[in-house]
Amino acid sequence: MDTRIYVDHGATTPTDPRVVEAMLPFFTEQFGNASSIHQFGQDARAAVDRSREVIASALGASPAEIVFTSGATEADNFAVLGAAWANEARGRHLIASPVEHHAVLEPLRFLQSRGFDVTYLPVDRDGRVDPDDVRAAIRPDTVLISVMHANNEIGTLEPVAEIGRLAREGGILMHTDATQSVGLLPVHVDALSVDLLSMSAHKRYGPKGVGALYVRKGSNVARIQHGGSHERNRRAGTENVPAIVGFGVAIRIAMECMHEEAVRLRRLRDRLIQGLVRLDGAHLNGHPVERLPGNVNLSFEGADSESILLALDFQGVAASSGSACTSGSLEPSHVLSAIGLPPEIAAGTIRLTLGRWNTDEDVDQLLTVVPEVIENLRAASAGRPRRAVPQRAAQRSGR
Amino acid sequence: MEIYLDNAATTRPHPVVVESVTRALTVDYGNPSSLHGKGLAAERLIVGARDAVARTLGVEPEDVLFTSGGTEANSLAIRGLAGLARGRHFVTTTVEHSSVRVPLQRLAAQEWVVTELPVDHHGRIAAAQVELALRPDTVLVSVMAVNNELGTMQPIEEISRVVQRHRAAGSPTLFHVDAVQAWGKIPLRPMTWGVDLMSLSGHKVHGPKGVGALYVRPGVRLAPQLGGGEQERGVRPGTENVPGIAGLGAAARLLAADFEETAARMRALQDRLREQIRAIPDVRINTPPDGAAPHVVNATFRSVRGETLLHRLEQEGVFVSTGSACHSHNPTPSHVLLAIGLNTTDAQSTLRFSLSRFTTPEEIDAAASALRHAVAELRALVVP
Repeated sequence: MDTRIYVDHGATTPTDPRVVEAMLPFFTEQFGNASSIHQFGQDARAAVDRSREVIASALGASPAEIVFTSGATEADNFAVLGAAWANEARGRHLIASPVEHHAVLEPLRFLQSRGFDVTYLPVDRDGRVDPDDVRAAIRPDTVLISVMHANNEIGTLEPVAEIGRLAREGGILMHTDATQSVGLLPVHVDALSVDLLSMSAHKRYGPKGVGALYVRKGSNVARIQHGGSHERNRRAGTENVPAIVGFGVAIRIAMECMHEEAVRLRRLRDRLIQGLVRLDGAHLNGHPVERLPGNVNLSFEGADSESILLALDFQGVAASSGSACTSGSLEPSHVLSAIGLPPEIAAGTIRLTLGRWNTDEDVDQLLTVVPEVIENLRAASAGRPRRAVPQRAAQRSGR
Repeated sequence: MEIYLDNAATTRPHPVVVESVTRALTVDYGNPSSLHGKGLAAERLIVGARDAVARTLGVEPEDVLFTSGGTEANSLAIRGLAGLARGRHFVTTTVEHSSVRVPLQRLAAQEWVVTELPVDHHGRIAAAQVELALRPDTVLVSVMAVNNELGTMQPIEEISRVVQRHRAAGSPTLFHVDAVQAWGKIPLRPMTWGVDLMSLSGHKVHGPKGVGALYVRPGVRLAPQLGGGEQERGVRPGTENVPGIAGLGAAARLLAADFEETAARMRALQDRLREQIRAIPDVRINTPPDGAAPHVVNATFRSVRGETLLHRLEQEGVFVSTGSACHSHNPTPSHVLLAIGLNTTDAQSTLRFSLSRFTTPEEIDAAASALRHAVAELRALVVP
């Protein structure tokens, strides 16, 4: 029996067997190019359109508003660069939170190097944006506001709906990266007042290599991948049919039991948080309540992330220090810096992200293994000078 | 009976490929950037695939970047170089795939100058044409190895020599080859030939859709077209499509295993099909008899509409195409067929038959027989 525990669902998820099963015929029998006019092509096209309908309906959108991409990174780049290029004549100012994924931050930096002006909003110590700050940042030349729906590292949910209303009033495009939340929390494009929304399949038990951008009808967004006339001329390249089929099925499955699953994950999450935060020198990062159902992000004083992760891996627990995308980096995460976590505390951060197949037994085991690992690491480094704990960080451990 | 002769549009994934993809979906599902064992297992699949793809080109694994497909590989090569702005001139041909043409047309609408070289009636350019078109500020020559509609091969080695000579004289010129239709069909040796960038796609070689690769010669820098992570040396960020990449690696291993026998077998079938098409009256075969890849036969059946013929053949279980799948819903005739001198009517009376490693002589004979009857039948309906 496999006793290993995978709690890195924020990085990627195992593909649901039902998703794999749905994908397989599109490799073996219905392998056509969706642009071909014969039956193979039509079958592929019909399958792509079925997925488009499922995903549109999950978001409260219409199918024509869904553009399939190679993943959330492309969708984020598409939203930011596409909105900026298409509306350049109207203005060159953009607003974003500082805790966005790098797939949003990097294109913003690129635009800054091309003379665009970007306002990065302040966030509170939970990583939340205050809509009043958005209101204050809006200028006549603002063309895009990008604030993520749920943070990938600390799980904090942002007040996207309120910000979206401000954007709507100002006639400004609103983008949200909902990669971590689609299929886990209600994500409705009208309720959120968003014009652009990025998503990914592999965070929701679908395949890697496929994502989508919701583009509200009438929004002015330039395409970024040119070539053939695929995706209504918005994204060139032969459609990744099996992955798109898998994406649709993954979202359908997630939507079927979304509320029950969210309740279950919140319960597991809160058990884990309550059990671990009481450890000496432990701090919870992110909002205690307004957070993703499966997300636990904790910093442990006197232990460093990489040692904790390696020790956990040795014990059969797969976790992460934050975003998988920057796991090779020794710099403190930009999210932890933005919430004002001192670097010496940030250095001991781990993220445990629960998912569909985690159980109460997994949580029991984590509540045994994690404290042991932390204690052993601290014991091993005992004798070395203790690091001073700043006052603010010490207060955080109270929750 | 089902005879699939549209392998230039896409191919049936090989069972071994499907197995690799499935394993990466279900067992090795980790994010390669993760530090734990699941991440490591996924990373190993990527390393293995990179090695397999590199071997088919005779290049080093670290010079192969994975993309979301041939379109992105072409786009990254062109826009990645334009982004570094070391010159303002591009050279290409009139018969490139739209994933090369459209990005170049977009650049031409900005401050860039693009020279499109005309082709002969086989769809071929001569290296001398490239030589004449080169300017001191030419940043890139982009020429496909094998045309997707005709199967025509371009003189890549000769063009590469011309580009290298030009570069030796102090120009920043690099050479990009779209090898999407060439991979697995003709030998490709970018390093030996001095090609700087080469695009590949998985789903044309019995690999999965949604994955491709770009060979980048060491020392060649590209401006990333997406931002957001350090994957693929920062040139192509985003969580790696591990199942797709694993499948691409499996496809690369398969095509390398019996490359010469497969190419020879396909060539024999191509000749067999060509002979039988030639026997049909009033036909023009657009694929050149010499210097074509072994998998394509493109032919014009005068006074028959290509699309009608396609659907008639489909009723007989034979699946072909009217040209590039990417434009199949576009009523304007193929730019490639017009470039080789066909008039609009002939261009719209044209079909492409494309073979694969799985095509059999029996299938060729049956398809040719269905074709012969369909053409005769449709022509009989036409009032003279």
